[in-house]
Order: sequence, then C-alpha cells, then structure tokens
Amino acid sequence: MELVCPAGNLPALKRAVDKGADAIYFGFQNITNARQFAGLNFTEKRAREGIDYAHKQGKRVFCAINTYPQPNGWQQWTRAVDQAVNMGVDALILADMGLLDYATKHHPDVARHLSVQGSATSHEALRFYHQHFGIKRAVLPRVLSITQVRDLAKQTPVELEVFAFGSLCIMAEGRCYLSSYLTGESPNTRGVCSPAAHVRWEETPRGLESRLNNVLIDRYAEGERAGYPTLCKGRFEVTGGTYHAIEEPTSLNTLELLPELRNLGISAVKIEGRQRSPAYVSKVAGIWRQALDRLEHAPGRFHPEHAWMEGLAELSEGATTTLGAYERRWK
Amino acid sequence: MTTPPTLQLSLGPVLFYWTREHYANFYREAADWPVEIITLGETVCSRRRDMKLDDWLGIGRELSQAGKQIVLASQTLIESEADLRDLRKICDNGNFIVEANDQSALQLLSHAGLPFIAGAALNLYNPATLGVMNRAGMQRWQAPVEMSRDDLAQLIADGHQAGVNQPCEVFAYGHLPLAWSSRCFTARRHQKSKDRCQFVCQKYPEGLVLRTQESRDVFTLNGIQTLSSACQDLRHELTTMTNMGVSVARLSPRAEGMAEVVHAFDQARNGSLPPPDPLTLVEVGICDGYWYGRPGMDNTRPQAN
Repeated sequence: MELVCPAGNLPALKRAVDKGADAIYFGFQNITNARQFAGLNFTEKRAREGIDYAHKQGKRVFCAINTYPQPNGWQQWTRAVDQAVNMGVDALILADMGLLDYATKHHPDVARHLSVQGSATSHEALRFYHQHFGIKRAVLPRVLSITQVRDLAKQTPVELEVFAFGSLCIMAEGRCYLSSYLTGESPNTRGVCSPAAHVRWEETPRGLESRLNNVLIDRYAEGERAGYPTLCKGRFEVTGGTYHAIEEPTSLNTLELLPELRNLGISAVKIEGRQRSPAYVSKVAGIWRQALDRLEHAPGRFHPEHAWMEGLAELSEGATTTLGAYERRWK
Repeated sequence: MTTPPTLQLSLGPVLFYWTREHYANFYREAADWPVEIITLGETVCSRRRDMKLDDWLGIGRELSQAGKQIVLASQTLIESEADLRDLRKICDNGNFIVEANDQSALQLLSHAGLPFIAGAALNLYNPATLGVMNRAGMQRWQAPVEMSRDDLAQLIADGHQAGVNQPCEVFAYGHLPLAWSSRCFTARRHQKSKDRCQFVCQKYPEGLVLRTQESRDVFTLNGIQTLSSACQDLRHELTTMTNMGVSVARLSPRAEGMAEVVHAFDQARNGSLPPPDPLTLVEVGICDGYWYGRPGMDNTRPQAN
C-alpha cells in the first residue's frame, strides 16, 4: 500500500519524502484546492522545487485541484490543471465533473484521481467517473463502514485510496454546505470549512467562547482544552441537552485496520493535513512508514505498537482518535 | 424577445420521516394545489421503510391522474449493496423519470439510456459540468443550494451558449438540505445506535432543532441529514428568477401549513404577492442569504414586514 502524505509547503513536502512517504499531495495558493489557508500551499516555483525533490528520490507527487469551478472562474481552474501538468505531476486529484472532463480531453495521459470531494460512495458511482473520465484511482469519503468498503472494493473498477489518519469529516465530503450556510464560504466554492477569517475567541464570565461569524460554536470552562471551532465539532443544544450534537473533536486513526485494508486490495492510505506543520507531517509520516513496513514483512502478525498509537493520539484533535464510520457502532 | 415562460412550481420530496397516514393526507391535498411537478420518494435514509417503492408509485399514479408531472427521487447518500438494490428498482420503475441525487444513480440511469433530473447534490457549478450532464441524458437540473443569484444567472446564460437548454430548478422554499452523514444525529440524541434507532426520527415530522448555547437556532437534524433551521424563502424573487431563465421553483414540504405556502407562491408568480398573514404558521425563522451571495443563514428582509 502506498503512503500518501500531505504537504502545505515545501518544508513539509521534503520532510514527508525524507520520512518515507511514497507520494505527496499539494495544492496551489488559491481557491482551486480544498485546503485554502492563508500562508499555505504552493507557488509555481515552490511546486517545481518540490516535485523535483520528490522525483529525485523516486517518490510521486499529486496535485489537488479539488474545489468546484465557479461560474465566474472557469479559467482559474483549467489554468491550475494545465500548470500542474506542465510541472510534471504524477496525478491530478479532481472532484468537479466539468474539470475532470477538461483534464480527460486536454491531458489524457496524466492520471486522474477522483478526490474525496467527488463524493463517490459506491462502485456504481466509481463506474460513472471511470467510464466518463477514465479515472485511475478514487479517494473514498469517510462515511463508509469497513464492511461497506469491503463490498465496494470487490467491484471497484479503479484503485482505491482511503483516509488513514487526520481530521475527521463526518459528512459525505463534497456534499456538505454547512460552512457556507454560516459563513458564505464552503469547501466546494472556496476550499475552506469554518474559515479562520470568521472565527472569534472571547473570554467571558461564562468561559472562553469560540464563534464562527458570530454563531457560538462552543464555550469552555477553565482548564478545558479548547479546539478550533469547526462548526460540526461544537457543543449545541438539542431538546434540552447540550453536547457534541454532531461530532466530538477527535481524529481518525485506522492503524489497526491496516491488515484488513491490505487484504481488501486498497492501493493507498492517505494522511489528512495540508494545513499542519512540517513537524506534524514528519511525525505522522514516520509512524505510518514504520507501520506499513511492518505490515509488509509480516502481514499476519501485524499489531499496532503502543508507541505508534500514543504518538498519533498526541497529534490528534482533542488528543483522542476514533475509527469513525469504519466502525459500525460509531454511526 | 419572446415573453418569458411562466415559472413552474414543484413540490420537492418530503425530507422528513412521516407516518403513512401523514404522507397519504399530504399528497391527497397536494393533488389540488397549484404545483405542476411533484417529486416523490425517500431521499434521506434507507432504514425508513414505512413507504415501499410500490406505495410511492401508487401515489405517483394518482397525482399523475390529477395532472401532475411526477418525479421519483433517489437517495442522496448511497452506502451499501442494499442501497444499490433499492436504487436499481427506482431506476427501473418504468413509469416516472428519476431525480439522480448521487453519481450511483447517474451511472445506472445514463448507462441504461434513461433520461434523468440532476439533483442539487450533484454539484453542477459550471457550464462544463452541465455539458457532461447534457450528454449523459439530463432533462432538468437543480442548482447547488449554496449558489447565488448572480452566479446562477451567469451559469444559465453560459449554459445556453454552450448548448445546454434544459430547464433549471431553484430551491425556493423550505429548510435547506445542507449535509448528509453516515451517522444518524437523531438516534445520537436518543443515545441509540443507528442500527437500533427504533425510527425515532418519525417522532419529529419537521426534524429536531439544533441551537447554540445562547439558544440561537442554527440547524435542523433529520436523521443522517442536516438542514438549515430557518426556511429559505424566495417568494419575492420569482420575477427575477423568471427573467434570468429559471424554469421551476421548488417548494420543500413542511409538516404543517404547506397549502398556504404553495398558494402564496402561486399568487407571487402571477404577480400578486399576498401580504403576510399573521395567522399563518411562522414559528420558524426565514433566510435568503445564499441568493444574495451571503451566508445562507442571513435574512435580508426585516422580520417584521
């Protein structure tokens, strides 16, 4: 299985390569990618340097152009596709059907991967993308149980990449408009979720409050660990009870599923987190490299080491990890 | 210039889980409402089994005799082989056109050479995507719920230039469908697992309100679906819609008071917007922000008018 790691900047890309990533994915510094953060992502010059660095060590580089071209900006997205192809990326990670169509027609020889933002959750959906755009691989949304992944893997017409570690989106990706409902900006339109420009922190007599476009997302008592106000991870009131009504702040960690994913013929495991620091990417890539190497040497005897699990938990939201939807009872 | 065609009204699928009696009464009344199109079916959760496909087809035939165009909608989040089996039955129904709400449905329908309606969650944001849908057999399409008036006007115009002339449908009234998860939030509120949910969502014919800790309504939880807590209301925009080339305004069913909503929209499309009736049910907040390129929850019209 290929280890696919995120890079929000050149140092992160180099650290990921050094620590054993098989492939690195990145995006440009604009709204064409789904992790549009201030000061993050690549200029053309940096991207060329990164691709060169990775290729020299025999690693692959994918470019994520996985937001949805807006009625007013079609050329911005096609330019990103052309640019990435000219730089020699090994694959394009795309979500929009129109852009997939463009890439298929203009750059038929460059591999197209379906982004998780393309919301393909069944082998029939994969077949649509495969028949129309010849996709080589698809990244599966984080909503399927391991049984559902197994059923899908049996009949998929393309390679599968699944999320292994990082922030947990609990809505079917590509079909979540919650962020634009509160802020006007969403992953699909702007490549952002609960964008920082709309976040406000306030010390109040009731505690530390986090707001998103003035909507109270959470309130923390003294000593409570405060997290970024991603709107689905706040505490809200429903019929008189106040709790994490949608999801707790926690990260996905599928280390213990590795043998099963391998048996299912999954081609790649993906680490989330282009918005994370080079140090984070380096630590996570290192642990997963060790785990994947161990798995290859003795698939039957694989067991996640305590140190790995602990290392990953330390790097997680709320310092806890979950198997998310892979595990049926989470639902 | 020819006169712009009259805007059609459509009744969207019921997004909540009602009892059989509730659906039956609702559609018996709807037969007499001034809507041209009615979309039927369960689009949210495969565990909601009170209504079988045959039940929907039966209702569809009756409404069709009452002169309505009938559409069968597919489930938005397809997860399992069982979901795919149900989807195949919907696509093979042989009677009514299907609204494809995910790419699984797109695949089954386009592969079978069947025409389809492209649902809002298919994410049709640009003319190139409309072109792909056009070639796949699209007969009508819905704009993404988050798309603004200006973006949509441009998309329709550019679509026409690219030879895509199929009618466009806009979500004009109701709680906005905003997200789908594999987790059931209603079962979670009742501390039940999804597999043993005991169909608690049927207790909430218009979902469960999610509020901030300051008691501000934000979302509506409806099983695995999250909707806006406010109802988007674009009744004042129907003329604009017609002028920019929108063909259909969708009204999304609420548990009560839907007849009044439909009649208000019918009057509005005929140029006589009735003044708000203080007796009509307005317990719910109103929003229209998306249409004006703002956060969807915004309401540009003062509440008190």
